[in-house]
Amino acid sequence: MELVTPGIGLLFWMLLSFSIVVFILGKFAWKPILNALKEREESIRNELGSAENAREEMKKLQADNEKILLEARIERDKLLKEAREAKEQIIAEAKVRATEEAGKLIGIARQNIENEKASAITEIKNIAANLSLDIAEKILRKELAGDEEQKKYVESLLKEINLN
Amino acid sequence: MIFVLSAGLAYTAEESNLQSGRNEETFAPGKFIMEHIGDSHEWHIATVGNTNISIPLPVILYSKVTGLHLFSSGNFNHGLQVYHHFEIIKEGKNQGKIMEHLADGSSDLPLDLSITKDVMAIFISLILLVWIFLSVAASYTRNKLVPPKGLQSLVEPVIIFVRDDIALPSIGKKRYMHYLPFLLSIFFFILLNNLMGLIPIFPGGANVTGNIAVTLVLAIITFLITTFSGNRSYWTHVVNAPGVPWWLKIPVPLMPVVEIIGLFTKPFVLMVRLFANISAGHIIALGFFSLIFIFAKMNIFAGYGISLLSVTFTVFMCFLELLVAFIQAYVFTLLSALYFGMATEEHH
Repeated sequence: MELVTPGIGLLFWMLLSFSIVVFILGKFAWKPILNALKEREESIRNELGSAENAREEMKKLQADNEKILLEARIERDKLLKEAREAKEQIIAEAKVRATEEAGKLIGIARQNIENEKASAITEIKNIAANLSLDIAEKILRKELAGDEEQKKYVESLLKEINLN
Repeated sequence: MIFVLSAGLAYTAEESNLQSGRNEETFAPGKFIMEHIGDSHEWHIATVGNTNISIPLPVILYSKVTGLHLFSSGNFNHGLQVYHHFEIIKEGKNQGKIMEHLADGSSDLPLDLSITKDVMAIFISLILLVWIFLSVAASYTRNKLVPPKGLQSLVEPVIIFVRDDIALPSIGKKRYMHYLPFLLSIFFFILLNNLMGLIPIFPGGANVTGNIAVTLVLAIITFLITTFSGNRSYWTHVVNAPGVPWWLKIPVPLMPVVEIIGLFTKPFVLMVRLFANISAGHIIALGFFSLIFIFAKMNIFAGYGISLLSVTFTVFMCFLELLVAFIQAYVFTLLSALYFGMATEEHH
């Protein structure tokens, strides 16, 4: 029975000393320990959070970079395409213009040739007329002197004329 | 305190009489075991031949007739001598208690507030606790954000376990911090004393958590905290439990009576569980040792033979007790936390 009968002295000392120790530990041990633990956990959580943030930022930055790169590539392609198009357009235009110009020049040249030809023909006609008149005048003048003479004369005249 | 410690350091070795209770010829296992798990006015270390080596402890008595007395238990010479008019009762119901022979020839039991073996063990364990946790607290405040080192890294996982796996889920996020200091204190107190009880020699060996007075005090504190932190819904639940048919409450208040009894059975069970588990472990280990002497009395070689078996079993028991030391500290703390949680739970 003694085993299950609490002793008064033991009860008293246990209650007293244990209460004092709970008080001391609560004030001077548990409080700082739990506070420090909490503080450390919070700082670790914060650190992890900021690391996560940094990683996110990094990722965002990288994505941004890629986006910028992509945009630059697109821009470049666009520029190149535009340049190529411009080049082709210019060439085509130049070709058209050159053809037109050439056509115009040829037209003018042909016109000139025509004009020159017409004037040359007119001149030839005039010369021929003058020549014929000269010859006819001379023939008429010599005709009177005889046939032989006449022939000789025509020949000399012909020699003189020298169609140039 | 200092007096107690200095007295404790001076071991006394004295010749004891042959009619000692630990006499080989009258070996009684029951008595042997009870002496070891019970409380005592001296701290027995060993008996070599007929010499008892023990640490005398201070005896503090208050008698209604003769007033306060304070003297060393060494004066009793291991319970064999009468000192002044005080004597340690050797037989019967009050065995081990101090009796006072009064002048008129009658005898009385004075109020015994002695620093007994268990009180001494409690003091030692509490000093250890204070020392351990104050130094740990100091290293926490010194470098807050540094990983734990040494003693700190030994207790930190346990503190975090008590906080995150006992207090937080049982009591809830809102209030667990209020109860955590007490929960940590009882956890480490029970654990330390369970473990020290497994050490066979001073400063261990006292059966502190297997003493019903100690577990009673722990249970009473839990009970008081539960009762005083009980909120409106807790008491409503006790007096007028919701969801229970009315005829269990009126005209015979069956449920309220059951609930009110329940208030007291909870700490009672706490008290008995810890006491019984720890005492049982000690009794079994001591029982195995007793076997050696019982068999040796029949035949000395049987004693040697059985000692092999006994030691094997005791080693096994020690490992089991090591486990039980943790489990019982955990269970007591967890149930206390659950009771606090029940008392402060808010019903929606």
